[in-house]
Amino acid sequence: MAIGTTGVTLREAGDGDRVGGVLPRWVALPESVREVAALLRACSQEGLAVVPVGGGTKVHWGAPPERCDVLLDTSCLNEVVEHATGDLIVRAQAGLTLAALADRLARAGQELAADAPSGAGETVGGLLATGLAGPRSFRYGTPRDLLIGMTVVLPDGTVARSGGKVVKNVAGYDLGKLFTGSYGTLGVIAEATFRLHPLPAERRWIEVETGRARVRELAAVLAASQHEPSAVECASGDGVRVAALVEGTAAAHRAEALLRESGLPGEVRDTAPAWWDEPLDGTHLAEVRCLPSRVGAVLDLAAEAGAALRGSPVTGRLWLHARDPELVARLRADGARVVLLAWPDQWSDQWSDQWPDRTAANGPEGIDRWGEVSAMALMRRVKERFDPARTMSPGRFVGGI
Amino acid sequence: MTALDELVARLGEVTEPITDPVRLRTYECDGLTYHRATPGVVVLPGSAEEIAAIVRLCAEYGVPFVARGSGTGLSGGALPRTDGVLIVTSRMRRILEIDLADRRAVVEPGVTNLAITEAVREQGYYYAPDPSSQQICSIGGNVAENSGGAHCLKYGFTVNHVEACEIVTPDGDIVTLDRTDPGYDLLGAFVGSEGTLGITTKVTVRLSRAPEAVTTVLAAYESVEQGGAAVTAIIGAGIVPAAIEMMDALAIEAAEAAVACAYPQGAGAVLIVELDGPAAEVEQQFAQLRMICADAFELRVAADAEERAAIWKGRKSAFAAVGRISPAYIVQDGVVPRTSLPRVLASIDRLSAEYGIRVANVFHAGDGNLHPLVLFDDAEPGAGERAEAVSGRILDLCVEHGGSITGEHGVGVDKAGYMPKMFSPDDLDTMQLVRCAFDPRGLSNPGKVFPTPRLCGEVPGVRKGVHPLVESGEAEQF
Repeated sequence: MAIGTTGVTLREAGDGDRVGGVLPRWVALPESVREVAALLRACSQEGLAVVPVGGGTKVHWGAPPERCDVLLDTSCLNEVVEHATGDLIVRAQAGLTLAALADRLARAGQELAADAPSGAGETVGGLLATGLAGPRSFRYGTPRDLLIGMTVVLPDGTVARSGGKVVKNVAGYDLGKLFTGSYGTLGVIAEATFRLHPLPAERRWIEVETGRARVRELAAVLAASQHEPSAVECASGDGVRVAALVEGTAAAHRAEALLRESGLPGEVRDTAPAWWDEPLDGTHLAEVRCLPSRVGAVLDLAAEAGAALRGSPVTGRLWLHARDPELVARLRADGARVVLLAWPDQWSDQWSDQWPDRTAANGPEGIDRWGEVSAMALMRRVKERFDPARTMSPGRFVGGI
Repeated sequence: MTALDELVARLGEVTEPITDPVRLRTYECDGLTYHRATPGVVVLPGSAEEIAAIVRLCAEYGVPFVARGSGTGLSGGALPRTDGVLIVTSRMRRILEIDLADRRAVVEPGVTNLAITEAVREQGYYYAPDPSSQQICSIGGNVAENSGGAHCLKYGFTVNHVEACEIVTPDGDIVTLDRTDPGYDLLGAFVGSEGTLGITTKVTVRLSRAPEAVTTVLAAYESVEQGGAAVTAIIGAGIVPAAIEMMDALAIEAAEAAVACAYPQGAGAVLIVELDGPAAEVEQQFAQLRMICADAFELRVAADAEERAAIWKGRKSAFAAVGRISPAYIVQDGVVPRTSLPRVLASIDRLSAEYGIRVANVFHAGDGNLHPLVLFDDAEPGAGERAEAVSGRILDLCVEHGGSITGEHGVGVDKAGYMPKMFSPDDLDTMQLVRCAFDPRGLSNPGKVFPTPRLCGEVPGVRKGVHPLVESGEAEQF
């Protein structure tokens, strides 16, 4: 067994290592980029399928893999390789938790402005592999906008780097963006370099309550405000709670002014509302993406179905916690993109390791997990070039990639 | 008849081609005039469908094609092929949709960067990336080059402001790459690919809300070192200005000669710092900035838009202005980590003395993006070669300090040879996988970005016999 001779720590997998119900044979714990390369090279020689995993907070997202021989656990790749405080950049290994990274950066008065609400243990690699965006993406962009360089390992063990450690850089293709949000299907993200921001001097939140019919208008006012909120979020229930974060210099003063602009009674507070960054747990979770002007319609459809929605009415990214295939279909018919992130596959309920005839079209409960993808043909060609033998997280991503 | 002749004969089915040699010559270079090639044929299509039809013909005859917007690029990215088709998008300049509720605009690729801002300025919005050629450069070209500008320190580059692109693939298919689509971020890979993955036919850009307040400050220092120390202090104080620009004495002299910008007499360096945002924030940050710049021997604050324009005038004219103090010059574009600036500038001084070549320094100091202007007299034998050598050594310095060979001008044809200094063969081969996925026959802007691309399907390190594409005359092996 070639993977046994790579020197990488291996153990036999147990039930707790299942990915979407699929039981891997081994769990590998590489401790360096070189070990990741040696492991992948050995796996590719033996035709073994590999699924990378970081903290495991989102390992159940996406479709279950068609095959999973080796679970590549990045948790031993947990170093900060370089933190150049004067240059506001950090280079970190993929298995470093975002919490540990934040602690380290805070000591220098800096932060990585990524705030995806995915819970304790989330790693740099997991953030990038899912490309998950949090509330503050309204101001700072999604993880790919903060990424300035990446080191990846291809299925054949090739180590490749793109970007660099300067923010302004247009040399070569941006492989980092291609790998961000690729769900482990192109290779393994080994290291990433990010641009940082100074920790805001102050933070203030405003929170108001309004009716669904008024959310769109209110969100437009907040988004256009020259008091520049960093995030605007909403949570629907009986009414809709809308909150905005103002941070940086003169945040308190600006938050007061923003609240006045909203024209609604509410309060300025120095902590986030409890619902602001609740972790994304639960068995059924979907991400809804729509134009901000369609958020009202999305809220209406969810309310009619009795489903709870939370997310940003200004970026048009919302979280749906509901097992409701009909609602998914109605939202898609209305023009929204709906991606079923956590949504157990009907096969996984059986905890079966072998699923003959399984194809991506057979999504959970008969719905396509990803919805329509306009450039699917090009995506397949990219997958074929990077992973011709389909050993990286096979079947997990769009179109059964 | 060559493949190109056969293709030209059929182009009329789509659009009237330009074949007159005199007219073809007007397209022989872009903003980097050093590289010239007369295109085999030029077309000015009016729609995505026409571009797709032209590209399909190119695919059918195996003829390379190059896209061109306004031709302002500074790395030869739009350098035509003598054996190929130059597809010029300048007729496609309609703004198709402005949607302020969703803060976006949909435009054709030939629309100029500034035209987008002008269309929404009165409503209090603007399009953030502002390359210095923004009055004429096209948005399609901006997408190809991932253009930046003076304000990208705070606001980012084209890739951060583009929501979707409709493209024509090298196969001639019309495909939309959309940020909100699930799947691979092909849009992120496409922006900045310098025309090698296809042609942009429609762009959805994000519009930004104009800031409530803008404060522009000019600080004059006796030396570049002092100016550099101020930059470090500003960033260290947690301030992210919209822009921090610096010019050294030689660049100031040139700007003075060209546009009489009246920068402070005797300055060894001037720093332009622009703060923008909510008025309360700008006010507090300006107070901090005053303290940081206390050792400047002169500090000017623009009181209104006119005074702001006066401060920017010298900076914006700098590239062209060096023509007043030197018969010829090379504009370089490299990046270093901001904290390396003082050491790199000292090294550039030494290079300048060693080669007897003057270098004027203009740079986006906030993000370490250098634009050294390497001055020489082209009438003097050997001067051009020495200037080239200095220009190349400056890029070496950038790579040695962990920076980049280009911050915003792109690799194009000019720096393809420098890519191996920054990237390993494995890095470049991996980038090539993306190229092969989009353009396996290498017909879309060949010869740009990559030095000697491997043919798609070729196994790295193993070369056997003659590649079928070489045998059929469709490709060259280097």
